Amino acid sequence: MSALTAPPRRYLARIGRDERVWLAFAVVWCLFLFAIMYVWQFYGAQRTPIESYRIEPAEFRALTQDYIAEYRIGEVSGVPITVPTEDGEAFLAARAFVFEPVLQLKRGESVRIYLSSYDFQHGMSIQPLNLNFQVLPGYVYVVNLTPTTTGEFGIVCNEYCGLGHHAMSGRIIVTD
Amino acid sequence: MATARALLDRPGAFWRVCQVTGYQVFTPVQRLIVFNAVGAVLSLTLGGILALLMALTRWEAVALLPPELYYRFTSAHGVLMLVFWIVFFEIAALLFGGTILINAKLKGVRFAWTYSGLMAVGAVVTTATTLSGHANNMFTAYPPLVNHPMFYVGILLFAVGALCGSCHFVYQVWTARREGVVAGPLPLVVYALLTAAIIAIWTLLHGAVAYVPALLQSLGLITLDPAVYRTLFWGFGHGAQQINLAAMVACWYALAAITTGARPVNEGLSRFAFVLYLVGINMGSMHHLLVDPGIGMHARIINTSYFMYAALLGSLIHAFSIPAALETAQRARGHTRGLFGWLKAGPWKEPGFAALMVSFIGFGFIAGVSGVLMGTMQLNMLIHNTLFVVGHFHATVVLGTTVAFMGLAYYVVPLVMQRDLSFLGLARWQPYVYGGGLLVLIGGLMLAGKLGASRRSWDASYSLAPLQVESLSTPLMTFANTLIGIGAILAVIGGAMFVLIMVATVFLGRRSERPAVGTLGILAGRDGPESDVAIPEFDHDATRFQAPGTTTLVFVFLVWFVAMFAWASVNLARVGWGVG
Ligand code: HEM
Ligand SMILES: [Cu+2]
Ligand SMILES: [Cu+2]
Repeated sequence: MSALTAPPRRYLARIGRDERVWLAFAVVWCLFLFAIMYVWQFYGAQRTPIESYRIEPAEFRALTQDYIAEYRIGEVSGVPITVPTEDGEAFLAARAFVFEPVLQLKRGESVRIYLSSYDFQHGMSIQPLNLNFQVLPGYVYVVNLTPTTTGEFGIVCNEYCGLGHHAMSGRIIVTD
Repeated sequence: MATARALLDRPGAFWRVCQVTGYQVFTPVQRLIVFNAVGAVLSLTLGGILALLMALTRWEAVALLPPELYYRFTSAHGVLMLVFWIVFFEIAALLFGGTILINAKLKGVRFAWTYSGLMAVGAVVTTATTLSGHANNMFTAYPPLVNHPMFYVGILLFAVGALCGSCHFVYQVWTARREGVVAGPLPLVVYALLTAAIIAIWTLLHGAVAYVPALLQSLGLITLDPAVYRTLFWGFGHGAQQINLAAMVACWYALAAITTGARPVNEGLSRFAFVLYLVGINMGSMHHLLVDPGIGMHARIINTSYFMYAALLGSLIHAFSIPAALETAQRARGHTRGLFGWLKAGPWKEPGFAALMVSFIGFGFIAGVSGVLMGTMQLNMLIHNTLFVVGHFHATVVLGTTVAFMGLAYYVVPLVMQRDLSFLGLARWQPYVYGGGLLVLIGGLMLAGKLGASRRSWDASYSLAPLQVESLSTPLMTFANTLIGIGAILAVIGGAMFVLIMVATVFLGRRSERPAVGTLGILAGRDGPESDVAIPEFDHDATRFQAPGTTTLVFVFLVWFVAMFAWASVNLARVGWGVG
């Protein structure tokens, strides 16, 4: 008799001592793993962004261009640099194959980033923090960030978006 | 004399009794099993060649392929491995489990040939479309990107075939029960395969819901919403991994029985664990969408946790019951010294046992733990779409499932072909070479991912981008990429060993009524194999621990699990930035 042949007709047995001990710990661990997500989401500093809206890619493009026109402070490698609005909002658009604009943020000041795409799906991967978010055309993902360190942070695209995918980047600059 | 009588009821040339296991074999099923196994091994071979080329591209020192070929081959590798190798093998396993393991006849041999043929045609169509450069957008092809319509046509043909195969298995088990061929409960391995088949039916229907619209979109007939498609797609893509999980655990129980004669310590509890896999059937899929827009918080948390980790609990039960079964069997053989004497004395040179151990330990410590970390909603922000994910699923579906399937193939293929296993000496080493290579590969992938390297990217450092990202080209990243290259070479050598052994067995193995397959822990019994030594039942009423070694090991595992979770949480907190 083994796992390869039929067991006796009545195979139900009591749960043995070894099994009971292990099961008890296993159940507790499973419940902990479940609960911790709620705890982190309410009390942690790094919460998964949830807020999002539908938007036509063309409309998002228009809003982003308006934002860039108004809050542009410079340019790097052909990509405009902007600062957040007075209300601490900013637009970040992914398109084949660049993230625009480059955002210049202030340390300690929260910014509400409206993240979306003009064309394909992309991935916003902030380096070296290694914070990653999916970017979908047709949806605005609201990502709130509060930088605590200064410097230049790269953004690379980490969702395959075509043959230029491995040359798609962007940047966040954080100043004091 | 049940066997003799049963065979009298089954006249004709279509039956034989396996001299090694004692199973009554309905011979027409043999060629079907081999056909699907050949489809599986061919896919694995082609996918493995592409894997080597891809990994050598990731290794900057070699940088082999140009971008277009890298993406083309990544698409092909994904579909050949994850779909064709795995599913062909699963259909072979279902044909095996639905007939030989329950001494049953295959009802509908022609039907089985039809769906096996359909799968083969589908696989050829999709592979040809992909390799000719018409499906470079990966097997996920997220809208608005599309692959060539023939890519989807092939996948759908293949899926219809696999769906028929899964239904056929359920029908086989059901009629065997009804007609009394299986008088009592099903053997545990068949029960496990039944779980896999049920999940497969559900999942493949899901697949149609995703891939039919995708086909229509590729024909320009409809436009798909990106978020809706991702949800539909992962209903299929994730469910498919639940099939692999159940099939892999079925292999573990089978390999434990074949190599040590082990019997399940608690049939009821093990079955309950498989039922938990079913409970989670529609869950988990959102762990692919944890940092997507468009999904609410409760949906994310409840789905990604398989409703409070029901499926994880199932796996934790197997994590105990498989080593406990081995321990009990080994102790019955007289290996009773200390806590782990039974483990040390295990048949480590038996290919099936080696594969079982590599798969079981690798899956538990690396794949399972990393999966739970990644599936934790907030931790997902740290790894989504990085190479860490690729490291994780090469631990699940390669180190875990593929190694387990290889282990089972070392017995099923010779016994079904009635040929000796060729190159037994090579087979003893194969799981270690393959597993060792994979460990290096997975280590490299996970390290690179932790450093920020993205998946599906020809150049991990994005050096051609207008805005440079210096943090992606560090010496440590170069080291990680080197590990990927070296690990891939080793793993591909291990994979080639497996292919060589299979091909040699099928074509050159000495024909025999009693094929040689290594040293077994089973003897031919009346209606199937029996353990070669008497193994006592697990005493469930005892106040002493019955499997002290196993109990120790599972707690070591839990400590590792908790430590990894703590480490990952610290990593998230150390990001410092507020996110929300
Ligand atoms: C010798 C063994 C193998 C090596 C060296 C290997 C290597 C790789 C590499 C380098 C990638 C691409 C990473 C990227 O750029 O995103 C990859 C992707 C992948 N591999 Fe493997 N692999 C092996 C075996 C397998 C097996 C056996 C399976 C399945 C059973 C598998 C499933 C996949 C899948 C599903 C992908 C993702 C493709 C995609 O992103 O669409 N691999 N592998
Ligand atoms: Cu991209
Ligand atoms: Cu999944």
